[in-house]
Formats: sequence, C-alpha cells, structure tokens
Amino acid sequence: MRLLDCGDTALLVELADLDEVLALHAALLAAPPPGVVDLVPAARTLLLRTDPEAGADLDGVRRAVLAARPRPGARPDAGHVEVPVRYDGADLEEVGALTGLGARGVVEAHTAAEWTVAFCGFAPGFGYCVGGDDRLHVPRRRDPRTSVPAGSVALAGGFTGVYPRASPGGWQLLGRTDLPVWDLDRDPPALLAPGVRVRFVEVA
Amino acid sequence: MSGPATGGAPGGAPVLEVLEAGRGTTVQDLGRPGLAALGVGRSGAADRAALRLANRLVGNPEGHAGLEVTLGGLTLVATAAVTVAVAGAPCSVTVDGRAEPAYSCVRVPAGATVRLGTPSTGLRGYLAVRGGVDVAPVLGSRATDTLAGVGPPPVEAGTRLPVGRPRGPLPDVDLAPVSPPTGGDVRLRVLPGPRLDWCDPGAWAVLLATPWEVSADSDRVGLRLGGAELRRVRDGELPSEGTVPGALQLPPTGRPTLLLADHPVTGGYPVVGVVRSADVDRAAQARPGQRLRFVAG
Repeated sequence: MRLLDCGDTALLVELADLDEVLALHAALLAAPPPGVVDLVPAARTLLLRTDPEAGADLDGVRRAVLAARPRPGARPDAGHVEVPVRYDGADLEEVGALTGLGARGVVEAHTAAEWTVAFCGFAPGFGYCVGGDDRLHVPRRRDPRTSVPAGSVALAGGFTGVYPRASPGGWQLLGRTDLPVWDLDRDPPALLAPGVRVRFVEVA
Repeated sequence: MSGPATGGAPGGAPVLEVLEAGRGTTVQDLGRPGLAALGVGRSGAADRAALRLANRLVGNPEGHAGLEVTLGGLTLVATAAVTVAVAGAPCSVTVDGRAEPAYSCVRVPAGATVRLGTPSTGLRGYLAVRGGVDVAPVLGSRATDTLAGVGPPPVEAGTRLPVGRPRGPLPDVDLAPVSPPTGGDVRLRVLPGPRLDWCDPGAWAVLLATPWEVSADSDRVGLRLGGAELRRVRDGELPSEGTVPGALQLPPTGRPTLLLADHPVTGGYPVVGVVRSADVDRAAQARPGQRLRFVAG
C-alpha cells in the first residue's frame, strides 16, 4: 500500500490489486475517516476526498487509512441484481472469435458467472463489474464507437458493464438490456453501485 | 404573448424569465458531494467563493442556487420585485438600462429587465437572487453538471426560473470590497501530483517555468493549456483513478489539462500536479488566451 497526496484535500491510496481496493473500501465505509466526504474506488486505487471548505486534516485521514484493518476478500455488500439481456450485440461474434469460445460460448460464460460491481465511473451509474470469467478477458475496440446505445451490455479488459445512457464507448457490445441502470427517481439512482452482485440472464 | 409567463400570479412567487442566455449560463449551487462512488461528481459553481459572496449580499445561505454566467450577455425579466447581486467577473449590471454596481445588493422592480454586460476581466459572473433559484433539486443539488448530464438543463432564452422564499434579514453591508479577477497572468499555487513520476525528472521545473496559455476549448470540465511539452517517461496506460478539481492531468500530447468543477470522477491520465484548493476559483476565472503561472506550494 502506498499513500500519495493528491493536492491539499485528497489522498490517493495505491493498492496491489482490485481485491485490496475493495477490502479497504469496505473497511473505510464501515468506519469513515473524519472529514472524508467521498471515497472513490477504482481499479488499483482508492481516493479519499475531504471537504475543501471544512479544512482538511490529511494527517488524520492518513492515520485512519493506516489503522484500517481490511479483511482480505471483503467487499461492500450492496445486494443482488439480475440483468435481463438480449444477446444480439454487434461485437458478439468478434468476442467469440477473440476468446475462442464462439458466440454461444461467450453468452454461456457471461450468464454463468457471478459478477460484482467494483466501482463506478465514466458516466453516472456506469458500474465496472468484475470477477466473471477469466476467459472473457478481451481488449477494448481499437476504434471506439462515437455512440453506444443506452442499455448496451459490454465487455472489455476483464470488466463487464451496462451503458446507462447513449455515449461514446470503446467496449465490445454483447447485447442490450431494458433494465434502467440509472434512474434519478430511485434512491440510490445507480442500480449497479459498488458492492452489488450481478447476474446476467439471457432473454429472447 | 400574455398569460402567466409575463404576469405571474398576484402575490405569487417571483419568476425570472430569461430573454437572452449569453454564451453559457447554468444554474449552480455548491454541488453534490458524496456521490462520487456512483459516478457522480460534485459539480457546482466553478468559482465557489463568488457564488457564496453573491448569496451573502442578498441575505441567502451561501449554498443557495444562483446563475453562473460566462462572459456576460444574460438578460432577464423578473415577474415580481426581487433583490439580486452579481459577483465574480466584474461586469456591468443594468436594471431597465440604469447602471447598478456589481458586488452590491440591487433591487429590481416587477417587470424590470436586468442585463449583465461583458466583464472587463475574468470569465464567470454569478447572479444570486434573494430566496435563491428554486428549480427542482436533482440528487440534493441544483447544480448543472455539464459532463455527467445531471441537474437542471443549461439556461436558454425562454427558461423560467422560480425564485424561492427569502429567509432571514438582508445584510447591513450592501457593497462588498473585493479584488476582481486579474487581467494579467494568473498565479496559482501547485503541489506535486501523485503521478509526477510518470514524467522525466525535469518536468516539474518546466511546469513552474512555463507560461501556460488557456486554450479556447476550455469549459467547466477543465482548462486545456498550451505552452511547453511535459515529457512522459512511462508509457502504457494508467488504470483510471479518482480525480479532484485542480488536478493537472497529462494526456499523451504532453500539455496539461487543469480540471474544474465538472471534471470526470475518474481519469486515466497521470496527474502531475494539483492546484491548491483555495486557488481553483481563480483558475476558473481565467479566460481563453490568458496565461497561468504555477508556483510551487
């Protein structure tokens, strides 16, 4: 673990891997360091942001991080979601070829695995789901699309996710869901929030 | 055209009707902290101190919503008498053509037209109205996050903005002595960033020695800077990580971007420096073409 200052209001904790990030995130969610308003988990790091107007005590935050005792394997538990998917995505055949599984094999692997939302980013409600199936590790498209439709279910770099709204994107498209993963009238608005366990279910 | 748009209900709450929105006007408050884990940034006024001052001048809590106006050009009509104040970039304020001072509490009669001119220095003016702009909050805030698409839509001609009920007395001070944004080089204190080691050892000195020109592509997300090239010594991609306002991100071009209020929650470019939080407001007032100077500390 490495602690890096990120200006005078935030601390970036660099960890060995995503499992360590999730375990530390779970530990700090249970006992948030004083003054911290945002915990931002990412693939290898956890950012702790304090309120700039409240006068940050980064030393106190640093001490709280060092004193945290994350349990290996611990993840914030935030419930379970089933995502119904029509597997008719534009890149399904290509992912089948890249992985050697064939299109059917990709669908079977994607639906058989249990995924966990590790963190959000890119857009509100875009959850990076991990832990699926190592065989589904594919690169991003060399040529990102300028517009990916809302509800697209996609794969890249060992992650899977659902585009909450139409946006540019470089992930490989497997299919689509009608499930709204981002809804401002819901609390919390993000269905795929960190810690949520996800299963993808094939529908006709 | 007549009807409720121009008259307002007798004794009803005032509405601000926007006749011209200028180059870029949004509703802003102090943003929505605490939602970054869901992919939602804080957003809020780019120059937070200026919004706070404008609110104080009309007796509002500092976090009430007001209008952030880019390079002036806003014209609006109030359907009932209101009290407003303008802070931030110093621009002319007229009420039915009569000049009023900026950084001051201004009474606007019902039906009068308020116009904000182009500021002499700085970029963003803040108009606060007594009672606050009372559009529906989204996730606890009325800020427009232009990157995430969260919050009220950008203000345009025809937008009608309800005004909230005033609370508390007006302050005794009716003109605030402030130093407006500078027209010359903007000096910003900067601390080494978490990924400074992605650059060659001389990069920090180059960052401090270079006058950086604010590019015309700058917006509420960030200021793109032109000047020298900071050379990266590490190739490959940094896994995305959380970012903060004031972060100097270094894309492969070697020219940094200074992140502002609507910055992405996470970013994949190495952060080589971070502007002190107290100086980010001043960075947000830098105009395209103006120069930034970074000083260590």
